[in-house]
Amino acid sequence: METLNLFIRSIFIDNMVFAFFFGMCSYIAVSKSVKTAIGLGAAVTFVMVMTVPLNYLLNQYVLSPDALGEGIDLSFLSFIIFIAVIAAFVQLVEMVVEKFSPTLYNQLGIFLPLIAVNCAIMGGSLFMQQKVGESIMNVGDSVVYGLGSGLGWWLAIVMMAAIREKITYSHVPAALKGPGIAFIITGLMGIAFMIFTGIQL
Amino acid sequence: MKLNSNLTAPLGGNNPVIVQILGICSALAVTVKLEPAVVMGLSVIFVTAFSNLVMSLLRNGIPSRIRIIVQLVVIATLVILVDQVLRAFAYDVSKQLSVYVGLIITNCIVMGRVEAYALGHKPWESFLDGVGNGLGYAMILVIVAFFRELFGSGTLFGIDIIARFGYVGNSLMLFPPMALIIVGCIIWVHRSFNKDLQEK
Repeated sequence: METLNLFIRSIFIDNMVFAFFFGMCSYIAVSKSVKTAIGLGAAVTFVMVMTVPLNYLLNQYVLSPDALGEGIDLSFLSFIIFIAVIAAFVQLVEMVVEKFSPTLYNQLGIFLPLIAVNCAIMGGSLFMQQKVGESIMNVGDSVVYGLGSGLGWWLAIVMMAAIREKITYSHVPAALKGPGIAFIITGLMGIAFMIFTGIQL
Repeated sequence: MKLNSNLTAPLGGNNPVIVQILGICSALAVTVKLEPAVVMGLSVIFVTAFSNLVMSLLRNGIPSRIRIIVQLVVIATLVILVDQVLRAFAYDVSKQLSVYVGLIITNCIVMGRVEAYALGHKPWESFLDGVGNGLGYAMILVIVAFFRELFGSGTLFGIDIIARFGYVGNSLMLFPPMALIIVGCIIWVHRSFNKDLQEK
């Protein structure tokens, strides 16, 4: 039940985009068509499911106080370790996809390397570090948290892309076209998502 | 002359947040109050300035295949420095900023300016470019935080401004979605004055 609660929370209530603004750069830039939005969302979700548990293990067995030995506290290194894991993992995924599935590689194109600097992924790991001992108790929970956050981001970018495809037929004031209206739509979607606040399973 | 424009262009026509749409990720969550917004702005100015400087000094020695990882190491080191200093000297603010200090690493402004500018220019110019873009970012943060704190809780920097006249804080302003809507409105105003930026 706790795990299911964590899963639902991370998708809807603590949604990466609407509650924390994570991954906004690619969210605004890549949400012009539903097809590419689906591709990027899938890639982000995959990377999150893999990197959050990896960083969880590193955090538990290397970085946290007294993990390596009595009196050794490496927690100040967590930023650099987390980003190194994420960058290395993205590089690995890129090489594997290039080797085994050139078609998928060409479809994803520039999005793959961009994932390394997507704040949603780094944010996922940093929030995981904060939640250790509260709602994340073991590796399984961290997988669930990574999956939920990734799915939440995926959901948000696909919905946004769908709205932006429709909005091309509307008369938006000239100065508001493009990013301006995208921000306001995101804000309104965020207000809609606030109805999930307070739901407890 | 050119050096001046490095410093001033990001404040107006080439603002990193509202024109280049960079670094929104960590920008908006820290704008509930003015104080954390100012601290965040200063931290980002420091990181963009020095990452630009360091990468510009290193630019001829790095093979382009591994430049991303070198950039991340340089940026992450600077951010760790900022984080440790904040924890030591401004613990309350550092608590309020929570994970967003760490997210300066993935802030697209830092990475974007290094990629787009510092790798092709001399150290001093790159340094000024970093300071300018950091200032542009800080400016947007302060504008958003000003409106959110004033109308959300009736205070500025925690000092009572309009709450004393019976103003009841509009708590909707404190929720995340309003930050997005305010940025949308800033873009609207900015592009109404800069017609060349409008999309056809």
